[in-house]
Amino acid sequence: MNFPGLADKYRADFPILSQEVNGHPLVYLDNAASTQRPNAVIEELARYYREDHANVHRGLHTLSNRATALYEKARVAVAHYLNAKKAESIVFTRGTTEGINLVAESWGSRNLRRGDLVVLTEMEHHANLIPWQIIARKTGAILHFLPIQGDTGAIEWSELAELCRQGNVRLVALTHISNSLGCVNPIKQVCRTAKKYGTVTLIDAAQSAGHAVLDVEDIGCDFLVFSSHKCCGPTGIGVLYGRQELLDSMEPYQTGGEMIVSVDWHEAKWKLAPHRFEAGTPHIAGAVGLAKALEYLESIGRRKIEESDHFFGTAAAERLRELPKMRLLGPVGDRAGIVSFQLGTIHAHDLVAFADQYGVALRGGHHCNQPLMRKLGLMASARASFYFYNTEAEIDRLVSVLRDAAKYFGD
Amino acid sequence: MEVKGQMDFDELYQAIILDHCKRPRNRGTLPPPATYGSGYNPACGDEVTVFVRQTPERGIEEVSFESQACAICTASTSLMTTQVKGKSREQALALQRRFIDFLTKDTPEEGLGNLQALGGVKKFPQRLKCATLGWHALEIALSGTDREAATTE
Repeated sequence: MNFPGLADKYRADFPILSQEVNGHPLVYLDNAASTQRPNAVIEELARYYREDHANVHRGLHTLSNRATALYEKARVAVAHYLNAKKAESIVFTRGTTEGINLVAESWGSRNLRRGDLVVLTEMEHHANLIPWQIIARKTGAILHFLPIQGDTGAIEWSELAELCRQGNVRLVALTHISNSLGCVNPIKQVCRTAKKYGTVTLIDAAQSAGHAVLDVEDIGCDFLVFSSHKCCGPTGIGVLYGRQELLDSMEPYQTGGEMIVSVDWHEAKWKLAPHRFEAGTPHIAGAVGLAKALEYLESIGRRKIEESDHFFGTAAAERLRELPKMRLLGPVGDRAGIVSFQLGTIHAHDLVAFADQYGVALRGGHHCNQPLMRKLGLMASARASFYFYNTEAEIDRLVSVLRDAAKYFGD
Repeated sequence: MEVKGQMDFDELYQAIILDHCKRPRNRGTLPPPATYGSGYNPACGDEVTVFVRQTPERGIEEVSFESQACAICTASTSLMTTQVKGKSREQALALQRRFIDFLTKDTPEEGLGNLQALGGVKKFPQRLKCATLGWHALEIALSGTDREAATTE
């Protein structure tokens, strides 16, 4: 595979990347935790606050109209980005975590019964695990985990069809790209299988929304969630896509201003989706910034970004495999731009602290995958995650800092 | 190029820390009637269990630990075991307080001996939990009731 070289054209758009950390040029490899923002997004946020801000949907004055128009335009932009047929299918949330909690509470509490199965995989982020634990406790539903095979993260998907055939799987919720293993799950096939048996599907697209083409019509999912800050947008805002008839059948998640049609002393009526789920003043600037971020990503092209991710993930994994005592997690061949590993007996926190001294930003810990790490016999692992603005030379910096760390902490 | 960050880093991971991390002293378990206490750091999943055998007359006769933890945590616990052996329960707890004050309140290092080597942690507040986890486990072990799940939260 040839180096895609997107950084040549786009790295300069990210002012934060051109700084020194601890006396060395920053090598930012913590993109799976949060990406950085391009000037276009930073400027759009400032411009919005400088020129157009007021509260949405309620003011009759010019600024409120402008803010409302921008906020709703952002919803349309997200719908286009996901190829959702209707903007009403797009709910703004605080992020992936809130999106899943919303579905678990508002859909789950109404639709799950004692003995129903909720199928997850063993590689789910805590955000796609704990909300289901809570709702299972409330409803009597049972969580079932599709097991991963060894360090590669491979899953035997045929088990899902078998479970669905037996009849009581109500929901399948899974991650598109694993935040620790870097594997890409076959969400389209999973949704096709689920749909055949009338099983509802939720896709955690936190690691893929800024990295791959997501077409909810093509995928065939019922719900899909992601966070803005992992795709060049502001923090504190995210998206829940839901099929409209499902959203309209669900009870509100939070209540208060903005989401009502009429209110009496003792009862209230809600608006339809998406406003039913957006109680209180929303993160207007966040939505405006997110729309700008998605526009920016589209100007590069998500297929190019995806190709770049796979180049970095695969190339970095190959290079890291050459290091002595290296245990790499995730698929052996092609993978997304996420590489987790354990180097000898060096604890991930020591490794991350060491790399930081040379300006290399890594993540170390359980990556919000505690049960998975425990299954793999690890307390923690270190993770390098890439984005299109990374350079090939940064893979060299990573390899060299890990070699130095092995010497420093070596037996 | 010698830069400030690197100097801080080398101060954090002094030779004695790396030595105790690679060759921890008093590693292992102790059978009952020894008591134990465990510490767990939910932020990183680090676990330490400290075992003590003590009598009112002779104080801490034996101490050992097991850990799955970073260099700072393992070294701090290893150093701790070398210091508290032979001390009374009260003396050990007084040392614990002095050590934690040294890291958090910048009190003088007198009487801390080679525990001073952990002073580098002061410049890395996010690693404070690593340095104190084993000490919290010790406190539980000394209380004489086996307990899990001291956390540094």
